Amino acid sequence: MREEGRLAMHGLINRSIQCFLRDTYGAALWTRVAAATDVSAEGFETMLTYAEALTDRVIDVAARELDRPREALLEDLGTYLASLEPLRRLLRFGGVDYIDFLHSLDELTERAHLAVPELDLPDIRLIPVGPDRYRLACAGRRGYGAVFAGILRAMADDYGALALIDAEEGAEAVGIELLQSRFAEGRRFDLALGSGR
Amino acid sequence: MMDGPPRPAPAAIPLDGLARLLPMHAVLSESGHVRAAGPTLRRICGDIDLVGRRFLDLFEVTRPRPAQSLSDLFAISDRKIMVRFRADPARQLRGHLVCLGPGEGAIVNLSFGISAAEAVRDHGLSHADFAPTDLTVELLYLTEVKAAVMGELKSLNQRLQSARRTAEAQALTDPLTGLSNRRAFDLALDRAVAGVARGATFSVLHLDLDRFKQVNDALGHGAGDVVLTEVARILRAQLRQNDVVARVGGDEFMAILTGATEIDTLAGISGRIIAALEQPIDYDGATCRISGSIGIARSVSYDRPDPRRLIEDADAALYHSKHMGRGRTTIDRPDRDAAA
Repeated sequence: MREEGRLAMHGLINRSIQCFLRDTYGAALWTRVAAATDVSAEGFETMLTYAEALTDRVIDVAARELDRPREALLEDLGTYLASLEPLRRLLRFGGVDYIDFLHSLDELTERAHLAVPELDLPDIRLIPVGPDRYRLACAGRRGYGAVFAGILRAMADDYGALALIDAEEGAEAVGIELLQSRFAEGRRFDLALGSGR
Repeated sequence: MMDGPPRPAPAAIPLDGLARLLPMHAVLSESGHVRAAGPTLRRICGDIDLVGRRFLDLFEVTRPRPAQSLSDLFAISDRKIMVRFRADPARQLRGHLVCLGPGEGAIVNLSFGISAAEAVRDHGLSHADFAPTDLTVELLYLTEVKAAVMGELKSLNQRLQSARRTAEAQALTDPLTGLSNRRAFDLALDRAVAGVARGATFSVLHLDLDRFKQVNDALGHGAGDVVLTEVARILRAQLRQNDVVARVGGDEFMAILTGATEIDTLAGISGRIIAALEQPIDYDGATCRISGSIGIARSVSYDRPDPRRLIEDADAALYHSKHMGRGRTTIDRPDRDAAA
C-alpha cells in the first residue's frame, strides 16, 4: 500500500524545486531543465500530483546543468525552503527553542498531513545518540537527508543555536551536534501573523 | 483498627505548580475572591493585580447564564462557561469552573477558545505562555496553513479558469483575422433565430471575395493573408459592434446584422462594404485589387425562420450576385423577391 503511494509526488514538492532553481539560478536554467524533462514551461502545479520519477529526473538534470553534486544541490534546496517566510513560520510553530524544534520533527509528517492530506513526507525520526548529539533518520527516499541538512542548518540560525549538521553518506540521515542552544539572538517569531510590533 | 493500607492524604498541589500546569487558571476562595492566578491569565488581564479581588468584579459570566452572586457562580460548576474580562482589554474567554469541596472554594481554568489568533496577536503571546498540552498553538498553525493552502487552490482555480477562457476563445475564433469562426457563427445564428420568438429581427449577410484567387496566385499567401486581415477590418468598421462577423471559409465571410432588415439600410451597408473592398491594398510595394459579392437573407422574409434555410437563401442570393457580374449585392433569394 505504502509503496503504491510513493509513486506519486506532490506538486508542492515539485513546485518548491522549480522555484528554488528559478530563484537561485535564474529563469533560463529552469527553462533548460523543464525542456530536458518534458515539464511544461509554466512548470508544476502545487495542488496536483506527478510521477515520482519525474522529480528525480528534474534534480538530476539540474545537477548536471549546474555541474554540482546532487547532494549539495539538495542541501541548498533545504536552505532555500527554510528561507521562505511561510515555511519558516510553519517550522517555527514546532517549538520554543531549537531542541524543542528538533523533537517536533517526529511530528512533521503528521503536521504536513494536517495541512495537505495527500502530502507524503518521509518518516522522520529524531534519535538521541549521545549528549547533545542526535541523528535524524529520513526513511524511504534518497535525498531527503540532504534536504533536511539544509533545513536544520537554516533553522539553527533562525533559533540562534550553534550546531554542526551533516548529511550522512547516501543522504538518508542527518547527524546533529548541538554546541550551544542559545548562541545568538534568533530571529523573531510571533505566533500570530501581524503582531510585528 | 482499619483494614488495608492507610489512605493517602489527598495530594496538595502547591499554587506555583498549579500556575505552571494551568497558566490561565484562577483559584477562588470560598468567598469568591481570587487567591492565585496563572501567569498567562495575569498577562492578558493587563498585569493588574488579580489576587484579593472578587472574581465576579473582574469577570462577567455570560453563559450558560449570567452569574450575579457567588451561589450563581458556584452553581455553574463542571460546565463550559463564557466569561468576559470587565476592564480593558475586554475579551471573551471560555472557561471551566470546578468547586473543590465544602469550604474549599473553586478553580476556574480559562482559554481563548477559537478566537485564539486575535488574543495571541494582541498580547504578543508565545509558545511559553501555553501549557505543552494546550492545542492553541496547533490551532494557530492550522489557521495559517489553511490560509496558505486555500491561497494555492485559489490561484490554481484562477489559472484553470483563464486557460479555459483562452481555450474557448480559440475554439470560436479564426486565428488569422480574429473574427468568429464557422462554429461561433452557427451558435450565434441559433441564438438569433431563437430571439425571433421575442420579436427580434436580423439579416444574414454572406460575402465572397472577388479576384482573391488572383492575388494569392500572383503575390503568394502572404499577400492573401494581408488582404483577408484587411477585409476583416473593413467588416468590423462597417458593421456594428454587436453584429457577429465570421470568416467561414478561405475567402468567405458571414455576418448576422441584428435589427437591420430594411432593404434600403441593407443595400447601404453592403454598398459601403463593397466600396471599401475595392480600395487598393498595398502589399510589399505591390497593389492588390479585389472586390466582393454579397447575398443577404432577412429573418422578416419568413414566418418561421430556420438557420439552415437562412444560410441556403443567403448563399443563393450571393450566387445570383456573382452571376450578375460580381461586386454586387442581392437581398433575398432572387426567385423569391427583388434584387438590389
